[in-house]
Amino acid sequence: MRWPLIRFMPREFHIDFVRLSPFAAVVSALLLLGSIGSFVVQGLNFGIDFRGGTLLEVQTPGPAPLAALRAALPAAGAHDGQVQGFGTATPNAAMIRFRTEGASPDAQIAAVEAKLKAKFPEIQFKPASVVGPKVSGELMTSGFLALGIALILMLGYIWFRFQLQFGLGAVVAVFHDVALTLGLLSVTQIEFSMTSIAALLTVIGYSMNEKVITFDRLRENLRKYKTTPLRDVINKSENERLSRTLITGTTAILALAGAFFLGGPVLFPLVSTMVFGIFIGTYSSVYVALPIILLWGVKRNDDPAVPLKPANVRP
Amino acid sequence: MVALSRWRIIAVVLAALFGILFTLPNVLPASVRDSLPGFLPHKTLNLGLDLQGGSSLLYEVDTAALRTEKLTNLTEDVRTTLRTEQIDFTGLGIVGGEIGVRINDATKVDAAAKALRKAVGAPLAGAVAGRDVTVALAPDQRIRIAFVPQAFEAQAAKAIEQSQEVIRRRVDELGTKEPDIRRQGADRIIIQAPGESDPEKLKNIIGKTAKLTFQMVDENADLAQAQQGQAPPGDMVVPGDDFAPFYVVKRRAFATGEMLIDSQGSFDSQTGRPVVTMRFNGQGAQKFGQTTTANVGKRFAIILDNKVISAPVINGPIPGGTGQITGNFTAESANELAVLLRAGALPAPLKPLEQRTVSAELGQDAIKAGAISLGIGAVAIVVFIVLAYGLFGVFAAVALIVNVLLILGTMSFTQATLTFPGIAGLILTLAVAVDANVLIYERVRDEAHAGRTPIMALEHGYSRALVSILDANITSAISALIMFYFGSGPIRGFAWTLLIGVVTSVFTAVVITQVLIGFWFRATKPKALPIE
Repeated sequence: MRWPLIRFMPREFHIDFVRLSPFAAVVSALLLLGSIGSFVVQGLNFGIDFRGGTLLEVQTPGPAPLAALRAALPAAGAHDGQVQGFGTATPNAAMIRFRTEGASPDAQIAAVEAKLKAKFPEIQFKPASVVGPKVSGELMTSGFLALGIALILMLGYIWFRFQLQFGLGAVVAVFHDVALTLGLLSVTQIEFSMTSIAALLTVIGYSMNEKVITFDRLRENLRKYKTTPLRDVINKSENERLSRTLITGTTAILALAGAFFLGGPVLFPLVSTMVFGIFIGTYSSVYVALPIILLWGVKRNDDPAVPLKPANVRP
Repeated sequence: MVALSRWRIIAVVLAALFGILFTLPNVLPASVRDSLPGFLPHKTLNLGLDLQGGSSLLYEVDTAALRTEKLTNLTEDVRTTLRTEQIDFTGLGIVGGEIGVRINDATKVDAAAKALRKAVGAPLAGAVAGRDVTVALAPDQRIRIAFVPQAFEAQAAKAIEQSQEVIRRRVDELGTKEPDIRRQGADRIIIQAPGESDPEKLKNIIGKTAKLTFQMVDENADLAQAQQGQAPPGDMVVPGDDFAPFYVVKRRAFATGEMLIDSQGSFDSQTGRPVVTMRFNGQGAQKFGQTTTANVGKRFAIILDNKVISAPVINGPIPGGTGQITGNFTAESANELAVLLRAGALPAPLKPLEQRTVSAELGQDAIKAGAISLGIGAVAIVVFIVLAYGLFGVFAAVALIVNVLLILGTMSFTQATLTFPGIAGLILTLAVAVDANVLIYERVRDEAHAGRTPIMALEHGYSRALVSILDANITSAISALIMFYFGSGPIRGFAWTLLIGVVTSVFTAVVITQVLIGFWFRATKPKALPIE
């Protein structure tokens, strides 16, 4: 047994990453089209955080059966149900929030009430009231503004540390990741909640981290191999970096695996989005950000940028 | 690197101590925590509403008061319009939810109605003639001016929406408490804040309208008559401060709180007493400058929520748009007022309806299952990294544990809110923190494979990997800072947690492993590295 396991890792890899770029481009394009299509056709399944719904206050003679109420909500036809008990120790009143569709949800509310009444005969309802969304307009606008400015400044930083095409490559790749993640959420119709926003921000963070690490190795090798064609430098950098990518990726996936399989319905939407983000963020570093740099060309030896020329391509 | 610098060791020991000290209160039972000596930290993690429940406050937006205010403003508009048109009138006032006025000259009634139709009110979609105000002729040379019903509805809806935003801004100023603010029913707002986040403090900051106006004191008014409710037309009586029981002031405010761009609690440079400083926007600065230039020697009243908090004499023109309020403040109340002024006034008063305790949004089962599964994730990181890198993996794992302590300690210390999704985010932060170690170790392997001695491989590996690590983490820090500064509510909370994680991760992954490897190297003088 050779321990530590890192000794199993080959010292060198010789994979022609760039050769696969055209195929990856087709795959990315198809996935993007699919995402946009799904987005246009069925959109996102916005939850109660974004759309608001109905608030029911219930009273029970004894302590309110919070867990049983939570469990009973989906069967009673209440989507995205949330149950909170009033009072501290043994509340005999609870607040139920769930999503209702349309402008006159009275029938829907009555149906939920009837089903709950059948299950908990002693339950009493106070008049239902409309509850607004948790995510207000200002929260959304300020959130998007913040994200936009953050992306622009990250682009600026990468431009400053590397070159403009690196920054643009990174931002385009991040947009690619966000679009595909939203596409996944739209296709699966997973409830889009405040938590999904957190998941998206995490995906962006992870993806950006990958890009910078990718660029760093490329920059170093560009300085080291001044005359090697860009395509070969990219391949060399990616092969050198592969062991790190495999280990870090495995660590991230392992970290989330527990929550993915055992986290229950609350964590699953969040964690599955993050897991998808890890794969897509790693992929887009190699097959979105780097191809953009390859096509654009980079500045070397203080010469003006030299785009990819047929002569530079290895036969 | 092998020559362990003293400051590095001190920094590592201090960081570990800080992490342990500030995380400790979270695992101690409350009774032990309370008996700790005062110099030790007591603050525990601020768990979100989803994990621990908290207090729930229900408020009603006082639409009746809003209605009265809108009618009062409209009355003033009618008065100004008729005066500019030079039409004499009597009996201007609010009767039964609308405004009545009698035009003295019968021949001018039509002209007056025409002028009013043109000047008062605002455009409103879906209303009669597209305006929110109707002007109707009544017998005996009278004109009735009223809001259309939709106007009140629109005003109320807008007021509720604005109130929600103002409340969020105010609560955000208190720190990242991540409250839930939702509209409930037609005119109510429900605010839920996690934990024992001090409902009294919350009520203090939510319940105040914080409507600030600057109005000239009418020095010519007959105080005795005014007190009996007969203020001169265009004047109003406002309850006073320590110097006078009431003031007679001009109805028209020359500047308002909306014209402020900043406000801070501060201390007067001469007297040392707590004051509230203000900075006006361009319009406010101009109004303030004009009015003070024209009224040197007179007094103006600073009125907060219909009470004079200060009525200074204008000693000279005040240009530049800055000023300070010297009221009867304590440092805390000055700060609180500054927070309220920064967050803006509520468009209508809020009436507290009920205050209750609520339980967590998530069930205990779900929390338990999630916590266990995330714990498995954390353990998986440690096991994997030790399996992958052996002894060096153990060093990375130690760094990771200190990292967790530092993150939890800093979050407890700064009272950041930890939510369920936040914990999942933290797990991913840890994975990215491990990435820094992976980068270093892979570099060290490359250097060792290239034929360098262990010590040179470590030296080069660390310094080369550091470039990548810093670039990646500075990029993350930039985005976290921006989202903290520009975002609001939960976005701010997320950004803050991210920022803490970035800083502690770089420190632990780089410095702590470096010190540990340094000690190991000195102790064993190895010929080869365990990860070669």
